[in-house]
Parts: sequence; structure tokens; C-alpha cells
Amino acid sequence: MKYIDEYRERTAVESLSKEIFSAAKKPWSIMEICGGQTHSILKYDLEDLLPKEISLIHGPGCPVCVTPIELIDKAINIASKEDTIFTSFGDMLRVPGSKEDLLSIKAKGASVRIVYSPLDALKTAEQNRDHNVVFFAVGFETTAPANAMSIIEAKRRGLKNFSVLCSNVLIPPAIEALLESGKSRIQALLAAGHVCTVMGYEEYIPIAEKFKIPIVVTGFEPADILQGIFCAVKQLEEGRYNVENQYKRAVRREGNPAAINLLNKVFERSDRKWRGIGLIPKSGYKIRDEYSEFDAEEVFQTEDSTAEESQICIAGLVLQGIKKPVDCTAFGKHCIPEHPLGAPMVSSEGACSAYFRYKRSFG
Amino acid sequence: MSNIDAMIAILKENNFMCLAVPGKIVSVDESNPDLRMAKVNFGGIEKDVCIQWIDDVQIGDYVLVHVGFALNKIDQKEAEKTLEILKKALPKISTKGKAFKT
Repeated sequence: MKYIDEYRERTAVESLSKEIFSAAKKPWSIMEICGGQTHSILKYDLEDLLPKEISLIHGPGCPVCVTPIELIDKAINIASKEDTIFTSFGDMLRVPGSKEDLLSIKAKGASVRIVYSPLDALKTAEQNRDHNVVFFAVGFETTAPANAMSIIEAKRRGLKNFSVLCSNVLIPPAIEALLESGKSRIQALLAAGHVCTVMGYEEYIPIAEKFKIPIVVTGFEPADILQGIFCAVKQLEEGRYNVENQYKRAVRREGNPAAINLLNKVFERSDRKWRGIGLIPKSGYKIRDEYSEFDAEEVFQTEDSTAEESQICIAGLVLQGIKKPVDCTAFGKHCIPEHPLGAPMVSSEGACSAYFRYKRSFG
Repeated sequence: MSNIDAMIAILKENNFMCLAVPGKIVSVDESNPDLRMAKVNFGGIEKDVCIQWIDDVQIGDYVLVHVGFALNKIDQKEAEKTLEILKKALPKISTKGKAFKT
């Protein structure tokens, strides 16, 4: 497909690899933030194309993985109610709550449906006026405008049976929290290209300056990722720490202003708990009061609860880039995609699932 | 196949969340100004996509699509520039270094 195949071409990928070999003089640790990038790195064995001195740290950029266990429990609680149709992206269905997951309550008879787009959830609400239709709005800034649009459209269409269980989180505050903690050895960052397609990259400039680290906005194809790594290594070797845009074909400095306006109209920034990481100030979106009739937490008046995580799962350390999936004693044994202990084994963006799919021999 | 097995099969095949895929605009429907839509072709498969946040959409443009919404137009000139850089890099590179996996 155009704009994909060219960036997977072997010659381009190999030539970039050689450029990285000649640019890298010292050892460097670079974090790719987005789980989609982690999957590309594992799928195409990109680490084999890098000098040994360059290590890649996998970041927390998996919205499914960081959705708090308490919210999964809340989703299960709502989905179990009578006259309710619970809609969600497919990735969320196997994410373990404290006792069970959405798929297991579907097996017991709850109406849980997979949708491709928030607009499909709206359609479900229009076709089932006698049911409460709830959409589990999980995602980073990439997905948040689509989630916001479902609320705007529900209001415009006068839908009274539609609400959204909101778990939208924001990347820059999480990066700051990770860098602030000093727990992982991040020396440069590959920013998530699709998050920046929506938000632009101005927010990253003060972060690069504050922590003196290069940040390269990077795409998802093999040539994109290697070019992003090359830009980062070059900056590191030269002692620079700028925000650079590798993914220019999709990302403009200002992002997509119409999508950003929509986000600001529907959501306000709020503190959010990240599964495995903890509370990060102003790292999420909350539905504004004027749209509270579409906020599932208001509609269903669910109570907040606290829940215990699995004792052996090290998902939190994996999400912070402190441990790799293969460091976990449960990896590939007690924890597999069909029976996951932690969310990173479930999600198509989770680091554990990427290692399981592409590097199982290491387990 | 049971209902649940079918669902697991769907789950395995779908990578919804961060994936944004480039596709070509085939037709545009702006009859609803609050929800402008387009048909977008992804390597032979056509899907309805909301283009509400994209200005000045022309048939033949490529857009980056995520969960049924176009996030941005692909900038053809920038895409070509990136490819040019990749191509130019080829001759000046030494062949030293590690052998690649085939």
C-alpha cells in the first residue's frame, strides 16, 4: 500500500542501519513511547539492525495497558446491568479486572459488543433505543477526538440512551513523570507519531529543554523508526537536545487544530491513575460538566473501588521501561495472550504481547 | 465455532488502537456539515471515514485513518522528501558493520 510499502523497503532500512552504525560512538538508551512502535521493532527485528551500544527501552504507550484495574471493574459492573449494551474496542475485552474480564461476562450472557469506531457505538444506540448503550472510550490523544466526536454527535442526534465510560490519557505528563522519577535510563525519546498527528509537538519542547533529552517525533514503519533512532543518536553524539520531526508526512507542528478544538470543547484535563504506574497529575481527559448526561460514571453512579493486582505480574515495571517482558517469571508460562495476568500481554500495543508474538524463543 | 471462539478470532486479527492507516479518498459526502464523510480505499478495501477535521479534501488525497476518523492529510511533498533522503543515504554509506538477518 502507498505510504507503507516504501517505508518497509529493505534497502532503505539497511542503509539507515548502516548510518546508525557509523554515527553511534557511545552507548545510548532510547525509549520508544508508543506500543505500536514496540510492535514494529519486534516484528521487523530492528534491534538486530542496531549496534550493541544502542538499547531500546519500551515505553508506556499502550492505552489498554494503563487503563486502571478499577475502571475495568467499573466497565464489568456496568456491562453486567440489565438492558445495557456495552461496546468497546476489541483489545479491552481480555484485559483482566480484579476478578474477571469483559469477555467472561459476555460468556455469562452480558451484552458486550466489539466496535471498530465510536461511530459504530452511536449506531448501536440508535438501533437499540430501549437499551442503554455504553462506549468504553479508551485511548491516547490519537483516539480522544473520535471519542469526543461520539459525545457531540449523541447530543446533536438527541440520543438519551448513549453514554461514554471515559479513559483517555495524555502522553506528555506521563513522559514527564517517568523522566522525573529517574527510574529508567532514558537518554532520548521517540515520540508517538500518531499522538503528534493530532496534538502537534509544541508540548514536547519544554520537556526536551527541562530534561536535556532529544525527542524525535517518529512514525511506525521500519524505515521511520530507524530514521528516528538515527536522528536521536546524532543529537546525542553532538550533545544537542531538540525536538525533531521525522514523521513530517503526517505530523505538523500545530497538529490538527480542528481535532484539538473538539477535545477542548468536550474534555478537561484531570488527574489520572495509570495502571502499573500510579497517579499522574493532569494526565487524563474527563468529560466536561455540560456533557455529563453522556458520562457513564454519572449515568450509572458507579462507586469507586480499590482492587488488587496479580502478585507475580511485573507489568508496572515493564510499562515504565525498568524491566523487559522476558524478565518476568510468568512470561509465556502462566501469562499468555489467552490467559493474561497483565494488560500488556493482551493489547496489540502491549510490550509483553509483542515479545510473545515475535520473540517467544527468548522466554 | 462458538460465539466466544468467534470473538476471540476477531480479537486476534484486529489491532485497533494506535494504528492509523493511510488510505486514498475515493468519494466525499458533505451533505451533513456536522459529520462530513468520505469513502476511503485501503489497498482495495473501501471504508466510510469521517473527515470532519480535515479541510479542503480532494478525491485522490491520502489521509491517515484511525478508528473511522481521518486524523490528517498525508503531505505528499514531505513523504517524497523523506524517501529522497533515504535514497540519497545509500551511496555514501560504508559496508562495514554487522551482517543483517535475512
